[in-house]
Amino acid sequence: MTTLTREPTTVAGGVGTNAPRPDGILKVSGEFAYSSDLWADEMLWGATVRSPHPSAEIRAVDITGALAVPGVYAVLTAADVPGAKHYGLEVVDQPVLAAGEVRYEGEPVALVAADHPETARRAAARIKVEYAVRAPVTDPEEALSRGDLVRHVPVHRFAAAGGEALTADVVVTGTYEVGMQDQAFLGPESGLAVPAEDGGIDLFVATQWLHVDQKQVAACLGLAPEQVRLRLAGVGGAFGAREDLSMQVHASLLALHTGKPVKMVYGREESFFGHVHRHPARLEYEHGADRSGKLVYVKARIVLDGGAYTSSTPAVVANAATLGVGPYDVPTVVVDAYGVYTNNPPCGAMRGFGAVQACFAYESQMDKLAAAVGLHPVELRRRNAMTTGSVMPTGQIVSGPAPVDELLALVRDRPLPAPAAGDPRERPGGVANTTRGEGVVRGVGYAIGIKNVCFSEGFDDFSTARVRLSVLGGEPAVLVHTAAAEVGQGLVTVQAQIARTELGVSQVTVATADTSVGSAGSSSASRQTYMTGGAVRAACQAVRATVLARTGRSDALSLVDGKVVASDGSVVTSLVELLREGDVEETVQWRHKPTMPLDPVTGQGDAHVQYAFAAHRAVVDVDTELGLVRVVEIATAQDVGKAVNPQAVVGQIQGGTAQGLGLAVMEEIQVVDGVIRNPSFTDYLIPTILDMPPMEVDVLERGDPDAPYGLRGVGEPPTISSTPAVVAAIRAATGLALTRVPVRPDHIALAP
Amino acid sequence: MRVTCVVNGETRQADDVWPGESLLYVLRERLGLPGAKNACEQGECGSCTVYLDGLPVCACLVAAGQADGRTVTTVEGLGSGEEQLDRVQQAFLATGAVQCGFCTPGLIVAVHDLLARDPAPTDPDIREALAGNLCRCTGYEKIMEAVRLAAAS
Repeated sequence: MTTLTREPTTVAGGVGTNAPRPDGILKVSGEFAYSSDLWADEMLWGATVRSPHPSAEIRAVDITGALAVPGVYAVLTAADVPGAKHYGLEVVDQPVLAAGEVRYEGEPVALVAADHPETARRAAARIKVEYAVRAPVTDPEEALSRGDLVRHVPVHRFAAAGGEALTADVVVTGTYEVGMQDQAFLGPESGLAVPAEDGGIDLFVATQWLHVDQKQVAACLGLAPEQVRLRLAGVGGAFGAREDLSMQVHASLLALHTGKPVKMVYGREESFFGHVHRHPARLEYEHGADRSGKLVYVKARIVLDGGAYTSSTPAVVANAATLGVGPYDVPTVVVDAYGVYTNNPPCGAMRGFGAVQACFAYESQMDKLAAAVGLHPVELRRRNAMTTGSVMPTGQIVSGPAPVDELLALVRDRPLPAPAAGDPRERPGGVANTTRGEGVVRGVGYAIGIKNVCFSEGFDDFSTARVRLSVLGGEPAVLVHTAAAEVGQGLVTVQAQIARTELGVSQVTVATADTSVGSAGSSSASRQTYMTGGAVRAACQAVRATVLARTGRSDALSLVDGKVVASDGSVVTSLVELLREGDVEETVQWRHKPTMPLDPVTGQGDAHVQYAFAAHRAVVDVDTELGLVRVVEIATAQDVGKAVNPQAVVGQIQGGTAQGLGLAVMEEIQVVDGVIRNPSFTDYLIPTILDMPPMEVDVLERGDPDAPYGLRGVGEPPTISSTPAVVAAIRAATGLALTRVPVRPDHIALAP
Repeated sequence: MRVTCVVNGETRQADDVWPGESLLYVLRERLGLPGAKNACEQGECGSCTVYLDGLPVCACLVAAGQADGRTVTTVEGLGSGEEQLDRVQQAFLATGAVQCGFCTPGLIVAVHDLLARDPAPTDPDIREALAGNLCRCTGYEKIMEAVRLAAAS
């Protein structure tokens, strides 16, 4: 057996380089085909009729008015769904089209296909649905008392056996709230369904996990999975919002019914109803410490509003519970997290996934504790920082690097930004010119967070990669094929980089993701570079072993620039030569180390694969009279294990930080009595370039021996601690308690 | 109705346009130019920014009929294909300012316009000029770098 003794060296465009995005030129020139850009001959447009009520009985649906509209080809209701009437990621409970009742505002009730999108919309408006409106359940505590529980995850761990009373010299308590955040990807839900000759469907969509879509769509259409072929269309951002189905089944139903390709593209308003959101949460915390600030215990009760259907609430609850005390050594932990059903909009995956809500609460508590014991907020955190070998509240030992202390020191020691200059655009209120500096106070705040990477709790988490080595134009070339969704994060770049490093070949093509290769799992949980990166590496190693075996030699050989090189540096032969016998192709399914379920009573168990950490320092200027906040600068430090593409890593950190800033001071879906009041970019505000400050980024590379190249998932951690850092800075400037995010101007200006 | 305009240097004609259609719809669905993106339909996100008679506009807010007889330049018309990208397009690639890329076409037109008006904008100038273009992926830092690089090149 041929073995490789040399570590792969740095290869041009390989791992550790700023390799350019293979889709970059198409994206800057407007040629990249997003899911909303697709077109087919004789294509129809689909539209969706949605419930205006958060809770109602459906008495009757009259579609005759819509059918009479010229240009309409089909009008479908629940009775027209040929297969399973429901779908769902973890629990199959969400109706394809509502039958008998609706449980949230915006729930799909009927579908229309027409030859023009406006015709489809007008016909949809002529469908008469007779509702008997019910009082919606919108209070999560009421839902909990009614028993409308999705999941309760207790995580209970005691320093001494038997569960002693929770007492400490210093005790701080607090109740915190997190509003409902939207992923607000820019490319709305969209796709094209094309009926196929075999009675199946070819579906071109923007999604995060092709195979989980395929499984659900096939079940609802009553087709075999192989009759439902998905191909990834260009994805305009995801952030969790594409993990659940949106238009996939609907467009397919219309296409099968009409025999024509059907395109569906949500507008922005519909998009707010077309995907799940971040769970709003109420979190009650009690921290006990000794007088030196060392934590003795943390007790918490977390209630997450899952809305009308299950989506990924069970896993979000588990994250909030298991990560609920943060990256700290806490001897005794009593955390209880609950997810409930209400008639509010369904909530599920969004970047940070349960860790965001908990982090806002535990970091607010750490600041409160620092004040109570008279320590700098960073010093208090460093005294309690977990390290390698620390024990999580679940009993799991943190085996990889955990540079919590170092990350905190990095953000603390960054030079502070200069005081605001005279330019009114650099003051709170900006070009509105609302202050000349009077009433403006600067504040500095800190936070750090923890996130699990990859799927947890015993889930069989794997990815599949097919790698083909061949000769193209006289040069060796590699084709990498996976079903992993490139959603903007740069996974296509990373896959090519890994192939270049492993096979010493510069010419690498990454095929468009589709379901003709095995599942890659979801582009979520910060897992794709770890998992599909791991799968591509493993497939490349299998290809390398096969091709090197053709040399007939048993000594250590490596592949460098298309040459086979012996350990003494001499060239043995070339890949082109070895490939004369034919191409080499290997398909490999790759898994991370197994995890365990949580004990349902104690919450103990090695449930997570890897932990990731990021710290933030925020500097803000607050106009205390008007309540306006300007974030002046954010410094952040994150351990990424190995920066496979440093430029892309920094891009993830900056982008994630921006979403955390949005939650801190801007972003909330306003839900009143179950009804969304602000489903537009006019009323749901995401940070603009004026709202974002310069960001100073420190990237640590403390390799994790269990992970490919030592890498650590990057995408989510920056979103988690950015929110509490900004709020801590506002508290420092104002002296206000500020227990709810987003912080609104009236929380500051009208504070009692 | 019929809409005729010069798009990216070429006279183009669209027939059977419904009067409620926007310039964005005509470009994307009738003229085969999907570069300008539809992300909000109300002029908040800037993803559909194109030049209309040399001025940047949100194509979603321009009725198709308003473009009749006028000149439109979209992101597809800025460079001359893969071989020759505009300096703004090159700078976005070099700095890593492109992630999902959905905001990119609109931003590139907006930056192109900014640098035509002001060849050496300060950071506050850049932020003010691009305040109408939302990006959800990057946090804007690399977009700032891209603009500075394009201005310097």
